Amino acid sequence: MNRIDWKHGKVEMVHGGGGRAMVELISQLFAKEFDNEFLNQGNDGAILAATNGRLVMATDSHVISPLFFPGGDIGSLSVHGTVNDVAMNGAKPLYLSASFILEEGFPLSDLKTIVQSMAAAARDAHVPIVTGDTKVVEKGKGDGVFITTTGIGEVYAGVSVSGNSVKPGDKILVSGSMGDHGVTILSQREHLGFSSELQSDTQSLHDLVESMVNQFPQIRCLRDPTRGGLANTLNEIAKQSSVGITIEESQIPVKPQVAAACEFLGLDPLYVANEGKLIAICPAEYSTELLQLMKQHPKGAESAIVGEVTEDSHCFVQMVTKFGGRRMVDWLNGEQLPRIC
Amino acid sequence: MKYIDEFRDGDLARKVSKAISDEVKPGIKYHLMEFCGGHTHAIFRYGLPELLPQNIDLIHGPGCPVCVLPIARLDMAMALAKQENVILCTYGDMLRVPGSGRRSLLKIKAEGSDVRMLYSPADALTIAQENPDKEIVFFAIGFETTTPPTAVVLQQAKALGIKNFSVFCNHVLTPAAMHAILATDSSDEPLKLDGFIGPAHVSTVIGYEPYAIFPKQYGTPVVIAGFEPLDVLQAILMLVRQLNEGTSIVENEFTRAVTSEGNKKANKITQEVFELRDTFEWRGLGFVPHSALQIQESYREFDAEYRFASVLTEYERALKNTPKDNKACECPSILRGAKKPHDCKLFGTSCTPDNPLGSCMVSSEGACAAYYQYGRYQQVETQEIKLEGISA
Repeated sequence: MNRIDWKHGKVEMVHGGGGRAMVELISQLFAKEFDNEFLNQGNDGAILAATNGRLVMATDSHVISPLFFPGGDIGSLSVHGTVNDVAMNGAKPLYLSASFILEEGFPLSDLKTIVQSMAAAARDAHVPIVTGDTKVVEKGKGDGVFITTTGIGEVYAGVSVSGNSVKPGDKILVSGSMGDHGVTILSQREHLGFSSELQSDTQSLHDLVESMVNQFPQIRCLRDPTRGGLANTLNEIAKQSSVGITIEESQIPVKPQVAAACEFLGLDPLYVANEGKLIAICPAEYSTELLQLMKQHPKGAESAIVGEVTEDSHCFVQMVTKFGGRRMVDWLNGEQLPRIC
Repeated sequence: MKYIDEFRDGDLARKVSKAISDEVKPGIKYHLMEFCGGHTHAIFRYGLPELLPQNIDLIHGPGCPVCVLPIARLDMAMALAKQENVILCTYGDMLRVPGSGRRSLLKIKAEGSDVRMLYSPADALTIAQENPDKEIVFFAIGFETTTPPTAVVLQQAKALGIKNFSVFCNHVLTPAAMHAILATDSSDEPLKLDGFIGPAHVSTVIGYEPYAIFPKQYGTPVVIAGFEPLDVLQAILMLVRQLNEGTSIVENEFTRAVTSEGNKKANKITQEVFELRDTFEWRGLGFVPHSALQIQESYREFDAEYRFASVLTEYERALKNTPKDNKACECPSILRGAKKPHDCKLFGTSCTPDNPLGSCMVSSEGACAAYYQYGRYQQVETQEIKLEGISA
């Protein structure tokens, strides 16, 4: 078997062709980095032990530009994204699968960095990548690398979280500052011509979730406000549960750099993506204690109670502004586009 | 944020709000128009209507460059984008706006046209330099604020001798539109407009001299105001005071940025490159004389309307047979303050921000879009109060 030239090598069509080159890539990269007993079975799929509880399955495709950004890359993001989706169901993530679509000509050195970053993120989360797939598309038909990950988890006993179970009077908590990931990505796009010291918040949240649901199984809903940000996620929940939501602008944590970038780009931080923050909704009587617990966790140190659920047949999400007025926080309309003046 | 938070201070807001409530005369309605979409956006984003007494009626004017661009001009831009070898560049706001047949630049991009979003017209010039075998057209829109940057880029293109760059010019003029609104006062539909909250960024360029005609000719006071919520509240207070005292003058609330003559350098560059059009169509207002700019003859090689004349004339001819705005659309009356967005049958039903029919729904700065996105709860509450009243 040939040793892959990581320094100069590029992804070639043969790497997805099923022949020797593909086997070399799998053994010298994926199997080596992801290394676990399930993957090492070397079969077409992983055979996993059954559990007694309720299973959760979640999947997420990752297409991001740039592939590498402060605080992470597409590799770590693809692990965190799916681990978090599983965790937001009140579950402990158990296994991941990973599927790669590589573009012909993509530097193997970059691929190696991405796979190593994925492996590290999976190790940190204690969730093995147990099966995977690689395909190569012709140059110009992809954007370097696309990664789809799927996760399986088991719901913690006695826990039942869902977007359709929140009730008027419930409190809404967030685990930290909003908009860090989205603004970091924007700042990396060359043509915008601004830079910042911001980092993406990409991180797995299942350990935070574990401590939250174990102590407060009364939590009614957990969500990670990714695309569409806090605003869209709250609208989804309001609709699912047929309730209204009122949030307090002054209580929502937003870093000054994020606020400043949104200010001059004409964006609203409430609609900007997060990759390492969660929203929790729980009955009011537990909210203060839940907040304390979240604040003690390193991934929830900046947690805050930002609003409450109301009775509203129109399912409006509204915000009391810092200025003292009130406005709607509507669904994101298409993609957020900057205003002209 | 320093220099921003000071103008969004809730305590100060309550004080100004109280002063307004104390000074308005009961039984009198104050009809005030904020001309600019930037003000409309601020009013709704910060929830200003809740801080104002009932007798302040805010009318949301036509100062949203995206909203007022007529369908025909947008269709022409799309015709240009569909030319082989053309890269059409424009501002992000423009991409979603529907032209005829509900087609938008985003849709034709999906069909294969090369349409790019810019933050600055200078980027269009860079794209031209990087793609010498392509024709780069900058679809320029906006009021006096965005005009000087377009002028600078045209001067640079000329100086650098760039051959594959042109501008499709749709720059429009604020005072002309204000005239057009005031001139529509008729016995059929009397104009309910007592004062203008004058433009912020536009005034940094043109100064406040050009507004002197409005108090003089129409007796309508103007207070130039910044785009921050406290600016708007303060301007409302200043207008209320003028109206109570029976005075009508131009006042400048935005003193930190606006002078009487504006930005002389920017105006000089604009005059070097552009000239007045005889007339120009505004969505919602119709044709308004001397309300827009075109590229001067000395820059003709960079004028997309000259460079692609055959495409555009053919298109203009075809357009004469295409349907205009939806007949049920109330945008013209809404822009004049005669009606509110929820007076329109299409509002929130067949016309929404995801699927806009009228000009006021197309950009977040448009009156209907702002009502829909930020203020819809007020309409529901008003209806519920009415229903309660009936059942009682």
